[in-house]
Order: sequence, then structure tokens, then C-alpha cells
Amino acid sequence: MTPIIVVKNLSKTYSSALTALDNISLEISAGEILALLGPNGAGKTTLISTICGIVNPSSGKIFVDGFDAIKDYRKARQLIGLVPQELVLDSFETVLNTLRFSRGLFGKPKNDNYLRDVLEKLSLWDKRDSPIMTLSGGMKRRVLIAKALSHEPKILFLDEPTAGVDVELRKDMWALVNSLRKSGVTVILTTHYIEEAEAIADRVGVMNKGKILLLSDKKTLLKKMGKKELKIELHDPVLVIPASLDSYKLSLTEQKTALLYSYDTSANRTGITKLLNDISKAGLILKDVSTRQSSLEDIFTNLLEEKK
Amino acid sequence: MNFSGIRAIYIYEMTRFFRTFFQSFISPIVSTSLYFVVFGTAIGSKIGTIDDVSYGAFIVPGLIMLNIMTQSTSFASFGIYLPKFVGTIFEILSAPINSFEIILGYVGAAVTKSLMIGIVVLITAHLFVDLKILHPFFMIVFLVLTCVSFSLFGFIIGVWAKNFDQVQMIPLLVLTPLVFLGGSFYSISMLPPIWQSISMFNPIFYLISGFRWSFFGTADVGIGLSLIAIATFTCCCIGVITWIFKTGYRIKS
Repeated sequence: MTPIIVVKNLSKTYSSALTALDNISLEISAGEILALLGPNGAGKTTLISTICGIVNPSSGKIFVDGFDAIKDYRKARQLIGLVPQELVLDSFETVLNTLRFSRGLFGKPKNDNYLRDVLEKLSLWDKRDSPIMTLSGGMKRRVLIAKALSHEPKILFLDEPTAGVDVELRKDMWALVNSLRKSGVTVILTTHYIEEAEAIADRVGVMNKGKILLLSDKKTLLKKMGKKELKIELHDPVLVIPASLDSYKLSLTEQKTALLYSYDTSANRTGITKLLNDISKAGLILKDVSTRQSSLEDIFTNLLEEKK
Repeated sequence: MNFSGIRAIYIYEMTRFFRTFFQSFISPIVSTSLYFVVFGTAIGSKIGTIDDVSYGAFIVPGLIMLNIMTQSTSFASFGIYLPKFVGTIFEILSAPINSFEIILGYVGAAVTKSLMIGIVVLITAHLFVDLKILHPFFMIVFLVLTCVSFSLFGFIIGVWAKNFDQVQMIPLLVLTPLVFLGGSFYSISMLPPIWQSISMFNPIFYLISGFRWSFFGTADVGIGLSLIAIATFTCCCIGVITWIFKTGYRIKS
């Protein structure tokens, strides 16, 4: 797919000498949903703020649909909508007026029919004449999204869109992101929630200390790095794993009542049948067996620990 | 040129102004009326005339200047400080709009608002004193240039300020005293020689003097000097704002 955003060797060092972005390069394809994961201070917000023009880069290049984000900033920025993390809105303004302001600011002619569509999709049309201060937190977040969509952008940045929102609204947000993708909008979101990335992203990027540690297709990532764990609960606790089971690299739970076996689901043989036989031969009595698929969260945690 | 962006900022700022329409207009009308009652009638009757102009009429240019200088500064500083404070500045910075266009929007709105206030004060003054404007063209030039330059000045304060105290500090602690000491309510010829010399270092004195000349044809200093003063102040403000946008000072990291 053609990249709609190309970032080349992007770095940002603040006057305080803090390096927020350290030689980052990435390409984002048109129409995809990219989730950027990372702990606080990883550089996620700085990265999207730099692409959007809010932060000046120290070095490097950014191209948006082929336009240099610095030299051709007008063309580049017209393609981008940004939803910030905080609910930053003029409380006294009405919903429709704040959308008109955003649309005008981005150089688009007045088009209340389009704004009506946006507000209807976000279930805000009934609130169009309400001052923003009278809306709930969830509605205010949707107003921010509506503002970001008011100038018909091809790319939408969502900075922690579901931070601090309830489960229901989070799922609504995911549905909205999916509908945006269907309409051809490229979505880049930053999040703390691994389940969010797992639920809606096509690709996942993991950032830490201003670097992208990993950038991969979500399914490939889960397949490549995903492991399954077999938990074998024993009838009686054991203090030491029998030597005959050493080759399986088992680990013992803290309570010493269960054995844990990691295996690769994509391998020809998982070794489970042989393991269960050998456990039986070692004189251990099984009580229960369960499996658990490793998630993006495990991958994310492992990756950050590896890089420490 | 992003005319639509300029228009959006301008309309947004004007809407904010009209939301507080009552206090925006009533306040200068009440304060101007009070000045006329206190200075024009009570004190003015003891003073008589200055350069053959009744004291009530003499203070009109100073009163208009006092209002438009403080209001221009206040409108423009709050205009840019509020989005910084609330956080909505991100939208301006991420929009396809350049610094010149941003200034046109914010300063344009501040100029319009303060011009409206200036006209309201002039109309109010007309109710109290018989007023003739000898040089209407220059009166408009001074009025517009003062609104523009002090709106630019206000914009700088709004960018510089880190809190609301700082937004109000310069207009209250610097601007208002300078306007009062710049001959708003008196001619410097009424001062002892030492204070006359000190007044020459007050830049606002030249603006009030020039503006008064446009009304009555008499002034403490020549009209050319007044025009140079206002032009210099405007150029200084433009220079500082250019630097602000070039460096992103307190706007962009």
C-alpha cells in the first residue's frame, strides 16, 4: 500500500536537553489503523504533535501524502485531523459553532450539511446548539472528534482517545474508529490499553524512550511472538520439579501446586502428549489442565523489560 | 492565503466579544460619563479653557485614547492567552495557517472591538460637550494606528503571560499610569519644567498630543513627531511578534 505518512530520521530534543524522539523512521499506509503503545514519556504524543505541526522537530523529515510537513505545511496539515488527549474546548461555545470554527480554520468553505453528517454520526446533532459546558465528558470527547473531522481529513490522529472513559464509551469509540477506516480515513492512535490496540489496530508500534522498539502487523506479531502456556494443576504440591522433566523447561507456580509449560502453537509438535505421559510416569497426579494465549500486553511487557 | 482561517478566528473573537455585549459597551459609557461629571463639570468649571478649548472638550481625546489603548491591549492579550490557557491553541498551531494570518485574525478582531469602544466613547462625549473635529482624516489615522499598535502590543503580552495576573499586570501597572501621565487630562505646559522634561520620555504623551491636535489643531508637540512615535511603536511590536513566531516563544516547543 502507498504510504500516506513517511517519517524519516525524526528527532526532537527539547531545550531542557530531554530527547523525546530519537531518530525515528516509519511509514504509515493509507487506510490503516496504527496503534502506538508505550509507557508515559515514551514519546508517543511528541511524535504525533510533531507530525501535526504543534512541535518543531530538531531534525528529520515528515511527508504527508507526499507533501513536506514543513515546506508544504498548508497542504500537509489540511489532510490531518487531531484529537488531543485532554478535553480542551471553549466551554461557552456551542457545538455547531465550534465545528464551523475548526472547518474555517482549516481553509474549508462553509458546509453545514457535512457538519450535520458528522454530528449525526457521533450522536451530537441534538446537542448542536448546546454550549459545550453543558455536555458530559463522553460527549465532549465526541465533540473533539467531530472538530477533528470537520475539515474532511484523510488522516486522523487520536491521542489516548479512551483514556479515563468508561467501557461502554470505549467500545463506541472503537466502533467509530472502524467506521472511519471503512470511509478511507487513516487512523493513528496512541494508547495505554493493549486491549484497544488488539481490538482495532492493523499494526502496532511500541515506543519507549523516544524510539520505536517494534513496528509490526498485529496478527503477525501475535503469531510470531505469541506463545501459549499450559497450566498443569497437581493433586499434591511438589517442592522440586522431577529431573525426568528437565527437558520441558517447566516452571513451578508460587504455591507449588501447578506446573507451567510454554509452547509454540505454530510448531509441528507441541510436546503436550509426551509431557503429560512423562508427568504421569514421574508419579505426579493431575488435578486440572488449562491453557492461556499470550497477549499483546505480555509481548509489550517483555519487550520493555528486554530493553531495560 | 488562508482567508477562511483568518475569518474563522476573527468571527470567533467577535462572537466572544458580543457574548459580553452589555458589559463591553456599558462599562466605557459609564466610565466616560463619570469622567465628564467629575473632571468636566466639577473640576473643569474651575479650570476654564486650555488653548481656547473648554476643559470638558479638552479631555475627550485623552479619554478616547485611555479607553482604546487599554481595551486594545486587553482584547488582544486575552484573545491569544485564553487558547493558551485552555489548551485550544493546539488547533491553531496544527491548522494550515501562518503566523501573519493568525495575527490578522486576532489583532483584526481586537482592533475592531477597540474601534467600536472608541466610537462609543466619542458619542458619549458628544452628549456632554460641544465637540468639533478639525482634522477628521488624521483623527481616524491616529485612532486606527493606536488600535492596531496596542492590539499588537496586547498580543505580545498574551503570548508572554504565564498566568492571568501577568495578562493584567502590564495594562494596569504600566499602561494606565503612562496614559494618565501622558497628558490625558492636562496640557504638559501646565506642569513645572522638570515634569515637562520627564513627560517627553513617555511615548504615550506623543500619541495623545497628536490625537488632540486632530481635534483642536493645538498640541504639545508637532504632529510629525507624534506620527513617528506611533509608527515606531507599531514597528517595534511587529518586530517582536515576528520574532515570537520565528522562535515559537511560549507558543510552540
